[in-house]
Amino acid sequence: MNMLGQWIAFKTIVYREIRRFLRIWVQTLVPPAITIALYFVIFGSLIGSRIGDMGGFDYMQFVVPGLIMMAIIQNAYGNVVSSFFGTKFQRNIEEMLVAPVKEITILLGYVVGGMTRGLAVGGIVTVLALFFTDLNVHNWWVTISMVFLTALVFSLAGFINAIFAESFDDISIIPTFVLTPMIYLGGIFYSVDLLPEFWANVSLVNPILYMVNGFRFGILGASDVGILQAYVMLLLFVAIGFSSALYLLTRAERLRS
Amino acid sequence: MTNEHSFAALEINGLEKTYNNGFQALKGISLNVKAGDFFALLGPNGAGKSTTIGVICSLVSKTAGQVSVFGHNIDTHFTEAKQCIGVVPQEFNFNQFEKVLDIVITQGGYYGLPRRVALERAEKYLRLLDLWDMRGMVSRTLSGGMKRRLMIARALVHEPKLLILDEPTAGVDIELRRSMWEFLEKVNATGTTIILTTHYLEEAESLCRNIAIIDAGTIIENTSMKALLRKLTREVFVLDTKEGISTELKLPGFVFRLMDEHCFEVEVDQHQTLNQLFELLAEQGITITSMRNKANRLEEMFVSVLNAPDDSEANDSEVDSSTTQAKGAAV
Repeated sequence: MNMLGQWIAFKTIVYREIRRFLRIWVQTLVPPAITIALYFVIFGSLIGSRIGDMGGFDYMQFVVPGLIMMAIIQNAYGNVVSSFFGTKFQRNIEEMLVAPVKEITILLGYVVGGMTRGLAVGGIVTVLALFFTDLNVHNWWVTISMVFLTALVFSLAGFINAIFAESFDDISIIPTFVLTPMIYLGGIFYSVDLLPEFWANVSLVNPILYMVNGFRFGILGASDVGILQAYVMLLLFVAIGFSSALYLLTRAERLRS
Repeated sequence: MTNEHSFAALEINGLEKTYNNGFQALKGISLNVKAGDFFALLGPNGAGKSTTIGVICSLVSKTAGQVSVFGHNIDTHFTEAKQCIGVVPQEFNFNQFEKVLDIVITQGGYYGLPRRVALERAEKYLRLLDLWDMRGMVSRTLSGGMKRRLMIARALVHEPKLLILDEPTAGVDIELRRSMWEFLEKVNATGTTIILTTHYLEEAESLCRNIAIIDAGTIIENTSMKALLRKLTREVFVLDTKEGISTELKLPGFVFRLMDEHCFEVEVDQHQTLNQLFELLAEQGITITSMRNKANRLEEMFVSVLNAPDDSEANDSEVDSSTTQAKGAAV
């Protein structure tokens, strides 16, 4: 199958992924909007007003970029891991394996599908945030590129999780025991400057720190880490995630008998 | 430039498959299916049929051997090989939450068909398989027979040269099964090569021109349907009589058994004729009102082939020459 054929196959997978999360919008789009709105109310308005400034901004302004990023991360990851594992579980992955679709086409299709949901939820949450605070974008290019790179990294991570997963437990273990702690310790709710030096250094190995702070730089113009450092780390995670996912899919020992 | 018409539809040489748990599912099978053929691949459960199909379709990785589809090696020219194949698996493997039309169009997209073409083809095959009215239904709400037909429509959307059906009529009622046979015969008549596995031997006998029987990972018979049936050494017929028959019925040379007062079954071996049987019955004033095979002819042949002594028995124990010859004839 030529490049045009692969392009059609790619569009087919992306279209199918978007159709999937729109079909179950009550499960995919509404819950994250409600959850993040509650964060805005509790941490931003109620508790935030008593916290005072954080990193030179009032707490609501400080926490909003992190919460938007949290929604993007969770939904980009969740979409790919549940969709690809569901495809394995129902065995309709065989529809793609018997067809002349290249592995890279399958990977890109799922990843773009996951990014689309992450960005859709991110958009909804951003609109909700406008009810609680003003958002003045400091640098559009940094803001948009950080959002895209973050959605890409976690779509790839979700894909890798789904390849390894053999049961529904396996697709909830990583989000519960790895992703959630990383998110909460990734500088969404606080500045790492508040941490003791040791824990501040430990935080530097958390990829979410760079994503949240890169995005916060785009919105507020302030960050706990250097913006160049954030880009380097994100591109590194993209490279590692993409090559690992493609390698695992190509070997496909967990997908084929 | 290669001409696909000059190649066999399927050529398998020395195919082996050993699963990770050590189970050897295929022990070096070789098979050749001509272009345009309607070919039956039969065997008992666990014989290796689905594994063979899985290897051809890239769902199972082989341990050794070569597979070519219309001259395209599945290892080196897998894209071209896959483009030639349509597969209907044994188990339902479509998305249970998608609509019928979406499933078929999406499969077309995987084969690079533009959406307009995929939609036209989906309509064509869904109409031919009486599913067009169900195109908006979620697939899990379809009946078992409809799900089977949906998988056939999905396999045909890219109009493959080789259609592989793994027990396509399992669990389908007889009326629907016969309509599916008619449909498959029409598909074959258009030049599409069909490989069929089935447990309904009447289905294989009625549809297929050539046959391979696989048992324990080995091909034990590979011939034309006619040649195979010619090997049948005996047939059992059930006869209904007009007059009541008693235990005094005499049919010298024939093995028979009374079923009831108006029915008996009789074995006719390859050296006997039905004329001989009817002459004996006429001499005793018995009128036959109906007659039928007790079992499907292929079924009898299938059982006899599977029950033939295998290589391992020959290797493990001393056997006389006649046993060895019988085995040789079956292989």
